Amino acid sequence: MRIASRVLALACLLPLAALAQGKVVKIGVLNDQSGLYTDLGGPGSVVAAKMAAEEFGNKVAGMPIEIVTADHQNKPDIASSIATKWIDVDGVDAILDVPNSGCALAVAKVVADKNKVFINSGAATSNLTGKNCTPNTVHWTYDTWALANGTGKEVVRAGGKTWFFLTADYEFGKQLEKDTRAVVEANGGKVLGAVLHPLNASDFSSFLLQAQSSKANIIGLANAGGDTINSIKAASEFGIVAGGQKLAGLLVFITDVHSLGLKAANGLQLTSAFYWDHDDKTRAWAKKFAARHNGKMPSMVQAGVYAGVLHYLKAIQALKSKDDGKAVVAKMKELPTDDPLFGKGTIRTDGRKIHPMYLFEVKKPAESKGPWDYYKLIREIPADQAFRPLSQGDCPLVTAKK
Amino acid sequence: MTARVEAETKAAARGLSPARNNEVRSLRVPIAILIGICLVAPFVIYPVFLMKMLCWALFACAFNLLLGYVGLLSFGHALFFGAAGYLTAYAAQTWGFPFELALLTGMVTAAVLGLLVGWLAIRRQGIYFAMITLALAQMFYFFCLRAPFTGGEDGIQGVPRGKLLGLVSLEGNLTLYWVVLAIFLFGFFFIVRVIHSPFGQVLKAVRENEPRAVSLGYRADQYKLIAFVLSAALSGLAGGMKAIVFQLASLTDVYWTTSGEVILMVLLGGLGTVFGPVVGAVVIVCVESFLAQLGGWVTVVQGGLFVVCVLAFRRGIIGELSRLLHRPL
Amino acid sequence: MTTVFGVPLQALFSQVLVGLINGSFYALLSLGLAIIFGLLNIVNFAHGAFYMLGALGAWLLLEHLGIGYWPALIISPLIVGLFGALIERTMLKRIRGLDPIYGLLLTFGLALVIQGVARNYFGVSGEPYDMPPQLTGGKNLGFMFLPNYRAWVVLVSVLLCTLTWFVTERTRLGSYLRAATENPLLVQAFGINVPRLITLTYGLGVGLAALAGVMAAPIYRVSPLMGSDLIIVVFAVVVIGGMGSIFGSILTGFALGVIEGLTKVYYPEASSTVVFVIMAIVLMVKPAGLFGRTA
Repeated sequence: MRIASRVLALACLLPLAALAQGKVVKIGVLNDQSGLYTDLGGPGSVVAAKMAAEEFGNKVAGMPIEIVTADHQNKPDIASSIATKWIDVDGVDAILDVPNSGCALAVAKVVADKNKVFINSGAATSNLTGKNCTPNTVHWTYDTWALANGTGKEVVRAGGKTWFFLTADYEFGKQLEKDTRAVVEANGGKVLGAVLHPLNASDFSSFLLQAQSSKANIIGLANAGGDTINSIKAASEFGIVAGGQKLAGLLVFITDVHSLGLKAANGLQLTSAFYWDHDDKTRAWAKKFAARHNGKMPSMVQAGVYAGVLHYLKAIQALKSKDDGKAVVAKMKELPTDDPLFGKGTIRTDGRKIHPMYLFEVKKPAESKGPWDYYKLIREIPADQAFRPLSQGDCPLVTAKK
Repeated sequence: MTARVEAETKAAARGLSPARNNEVRSLRVPIAILIGICLVAPFVIYPVFLMKMLCWALFACAFNLLLGYVGLLSFGHALFFGAAGYLTAYAAQTWGFPFELALLTGMVTAAVLGLLVGWLAIRRQGIYFAMITLALAQMFYFFCLRAPFTGGEDGIQGVPRGKLLGLVSLEGNLTLYWVVLAIFLFGFFFIVRVIHSPFGQVLKAVRENEPRAVSLGYRADQYKLIAFVLSAALSGLAGGMKAIVFQLASLTDVYWTTSGEVILMVLLGGLGTVFGPVVGAVVIVCVESFLAQLGGWVTVVQGGLFVVCVLAFRRGIIGELSRLLHRPL
Repeated sequence: MTTVFGVPLQALFSQVLVGLINGSFYALLSLGLAIIFGLLNIVNFAHGAFYMLGALGAWLLLEHLGIGYWPALIISPLIVGLFGALIERTMLKRIRGLDPIYGLLLTFGLALVIQGVARNYFGVSGEPYDMPPQLTGGKNLGFMFLPNYRAWVVLVSVLLCTLTWFVTERTRLGSYLRAATENPLLVQAFGINVPRLITLTYGLGVGLAALAGVMAAPIYRVSPLMGSDLIIVVFAVVVIGGMGSIFGSILTGFALGVIEGLTKVYYPEASSTVVFVIMAIVLMVKPAGLFGRTA
């Protein structure tokens, strides 16, 4: 009964909330706080968003900034209903983060229908700036094309000519494999085979044996999260790396490397948009972040949330208004971006944020000076080469312009 | 023939015995309260939130028909809920079916699947029945994962809400709420009718003592199967409605955790009561949404609720209320 | 080179061997569950959570007390087993004699609570747990490379399975337990402390799950979610084997490992679902599982 009366009481504030809407810039951080992606986004993204708001003194264009958060549990219908409620009832103006491609696509549609702003940092699907692009979506941080291009191209160039894929049997994994395959073949490499494994498979020894017997130079891991971690652990156990084959993690976060430990993960090559130890500016920010987040260093997703909020607030400040989502996003595309984490960049017509990507290799235990000191830089991929060319996506916004 | 026997025969011919008639009569007040709340609610509470509660309430009622009144615990009801969701979404979006036809497609799919699953599973008892339903549901999940028409883990998105009878647009939340409420009430009253009919009596007899029911000449398996199909069809109706309301059908709807949620709702509300599942659904949906802000603690609270219910609260909210008031609810 | 449906014989051998190794792991995990259901009639959905606690315990022992793998093999299951016994004493006892459905729901709720709390404190990515140096490396068997640790898992599994089966089926203690489940009052009349026996047995089953967890720590990630993925499969194993039969679970565990291994070669996407297909088929043909006794 108490719960019902509380809900009733909250709902009665509805008319008041409508009044208050015009006066507050409300940012909603929607992500996974109880499942697979908790560590790379989760509460850390909320910290990042708060830090960005504090850069503005928690006020922009005369309006106070408020940050709310919710857990979408990796379920598209929960993500969609939270987004809808946030916009309809709670007066949220911008939704941030949203990992999990299914959730991201659902939220993008809701936000576009209601003309608010969606800045995605956590999801991988390049469809967000492709056939599912909207004038209200900005895709920060990374996508499957950038990852495939970064890791795929660089690894082939470095000598990894023959590939075998270990792919998670769902849309994201298959998309990642497809994109990487295209890049590998375009750069003179050859794909010897692939195996599809069920999501959250506990044991990878069988699939790795198949990879081993293919004798490919490179085993591409087109999966994420726990599956990647288990694949890498098993690979080190079965002597795959010792036997001369190399692992290419197509989607690996620093939190995954942390949970693997350097002994198991060393030698792994991966592409990332951000590394906390990259330069003085990132280091300074990361230390402030870690102090507020249990000593854990930020992942690229959390960095993307910070930078995204920062740029969003800049756009509002320039426009002096926040209600028209399309206008705000148009402003975000008009203003060049500049933040201590991603440096200088731009947002394209299709909503894709452009910045350099980096190819890293995981250090050996002896090379690391302490926890979170995990990567060494192999190559920087310049911003203009890192993302899918504008002409190749099927974004209606781009084709309409022509 | 005496007047009393005549009256009873007439009543039986109408399908309702006097005793049952009284019981339904005694439900009039609670039903009126329920309808009253539903009529007022959308002006106070966000309609989409209410519609979510109604969809889950119908699902819980359908599940309760099977668990509370027939005594069969199915671990795979998400199969019917999710399958209907997918078919309704697909019908509305790709085949361009109007609202009613799309819902009907979903419901018929669920009923057919119910017939299939029921026929396979009914021969088994207790925990084995539950495990077969679970196995079949997981196999269906796998099928949904791989079938191209379901969109994999992205699900079917952007399902059009369409128009009611081709006339009234359902895009507005309030309009859709009235329609959903009407459908829910239809399903709810249908279940109440089934429970209080001679058919329902036989079901309860089968639950209490199957061998005795069989010895009285009732073909228990047939009754169980019919109940199973009814339960599946109504679960499908709930699932289809949910797909239209949220304009989305996804894999989570066919995963075993959804089956677990509806079990919790029925348990919390009160097994074998008329209003229990509705109350259970309302409470669980509220708890989930209330605690969404607390992120990771939602599952802990859900687990805690399970534990508390089983240890101290087995009759559920309505069950306890019914005992206090000394009337069936 | 001979091939079987397109797969070279050598590769097939290695996959079958890997399947057997996985099967031994399933057998070890299902052992505890089979004991708890077979002897206590409790459908212990919290089994996966206890498995996770075993692994987490081993990690905590290493992190905070510097206790390594070998002592952890004994200490962690002991602690988790005691915890399980405590739960039996305080909660499960109250619903003994009721429909087993309630036991299922209660343990399901417990699992959610244990996993949720662990997740909120430790995050989901998991923690690294190194393999004990004595077991690293492996032997090249010609058709595949067999890691020493996996061979160790098979050894422990076979040993424990045989031991448990022997104790329950061939010793007096086992017979007391089986009698106590069938007719607790009568057995109690003989002077045997039935409630204590039951608590101990539950603790033992839980301890076995925790032991499987410690063994899993070096090869699978140690994360609060590690149990929830496995629990359904382990259940299926116990149900297929027949819920009253320890031997049935052990055999099914190994068999499932092999069948899964073969599926991974010919139709890898289905390897997580094949267990359910088998369960459905078995239950339709043999209602109480392969070796189960009908209630």
